[in-house]
Amino acid sequence: MKIVVSARTDGLEADVDQRFGRAARFVLYDTETKSVENVDNQQSLNAAQGAGIQAAETVSRLGAECLLTGHCGPKAFRTLAAADVRVYTGAAGTVTQAIDSFLQGRLKLAAAADVDGHWA
Amino acid sequence: MTVAIASGKGGTGKTTVAVSLALSQTVPLLFLDGDVEEPNAALFLRPRILGSRPVEVRVPEVDAARCTACGACSRACRFHAIVSLKSKPLVFPELCHSCGGCVLACPSAAIRESLRAIGIIERGVSGSIRFAHGRLNVGEAMAVPVIHALREDDTQVGLTIVDAPPGTSCPVVAAIRGSDMVLLVTEPTPFGLNDLMIAVGTVRKLGLPLGVVINRSDSGNDSVRAYCGREGIPVLLEIPEDRRIAEAYSRGIPAIEARPELRTRFGLLHRRLTELAAPEARELGVGAAS
Repeated sequence: MKIVVSARTDGLEADVDQRFGRAARFVLYDTETKSVENVDNQQSLNAAQGAGIQAAETVSRLGAECLLTGHCGPKAFRTLAAADVRVYTGAAGTVTQAIDSFLQGRLKLAAAADVDGHWA
Repeated sequence: MTVAIASGKGGTGKTTVAVSLALSQTVPLLFLDGDVEEPNAALFLRPRILGSRPVEVRVPEVDAARCTACGACSRACRFHAIVSLKSKPLVFPELCHSCGGCVLACPSAAIRESLRAIGIIERGVSGSIRFAHGRLNVGEAMAVPVIHALREDDTQVGLTIVDAPPGTSCPVVAAIRGSDMVLLVTEPTPFGLNDLMIAVGTVRKLGLPLGVVINRSDSGNDSVRAYCGREGIPVLLEIPEDRRIAEAYSRGIPAIEARPELRTRFGLLHRRLTELAAPEARELGVGAAS
């Protein structure tokens, strides 16, 4: 399966970015092929509005089934849900640690946004 | 003549000046409070409200039966207000700028525009002053459509005063655009000067004549006056620091009622505004954009 993790820099040892909409990067990890792809999210960083929606569009286009992040805002959540991407909040540490936590069932599947818009 | 009263820094005294200018006139005038996120002029003018109308904006509505989830609307939208991923489009009405692009882009004619109320315009009278203000609904992000609706008021009078929002962003531009003259109210402090300079830049980009009012003029330092001198910007009025004005303000009493001697100064202000807004003055570049 394809997993996307919000990250502050590139690669599996990057720190998880607690933000989703304005996360610096996304790391795409394929659990089958073990391949790693780094995706820039610079466009959303300075967006006045719609950053979460834009980031969600990026994640959906990557074909991700799951998103691991710190927190997820309301518009992002709604968009991800419509795109059938499962959101797991509370990810912390490095990208690798977040993926391990997820695979061991230690991350919570989000049923809704857990922060307001423009919270960060 | 339409005079817009703006500032850079908030809290410098726009409403104080706008209200006192209005009350110092005996000719019929129109007062528009354009600070639609927090209109406060009514606290001082106490108008009798005679009517109101909602301000509505157009937002997309998708006909699910006709939609093929092709995503054309989503690609056309600059504001992420309509998003189509694997599914039928999601609409985020609060992000929509009513451009109509999605309607045009849809190949299946599945999108129509419906109206969404975002605020209200209230009109009334206060003595010989015709009054109107806009009020943006709590929770809405975009003030500009309400300000445009307010400025559509075409009541024929000799003088229209627009009390603008603070700052220099889109709502301010919407409030002051198309006026004959902009008065920037400032205070003689470093913050006042910093924000005044930004506001001057904005007004000059709009090509409007401008003048400055220095409030609490005997406090702070001389930098604002020096800046205006260097830039050729006329200082049209100075109001000295006076605690009694602040006390009256806190009770909803206009400055000109608390300190009647200010009446002469505001009468002079009106004369100077008329001179500066006159076409001959604009041609000479007196007090105007550089």
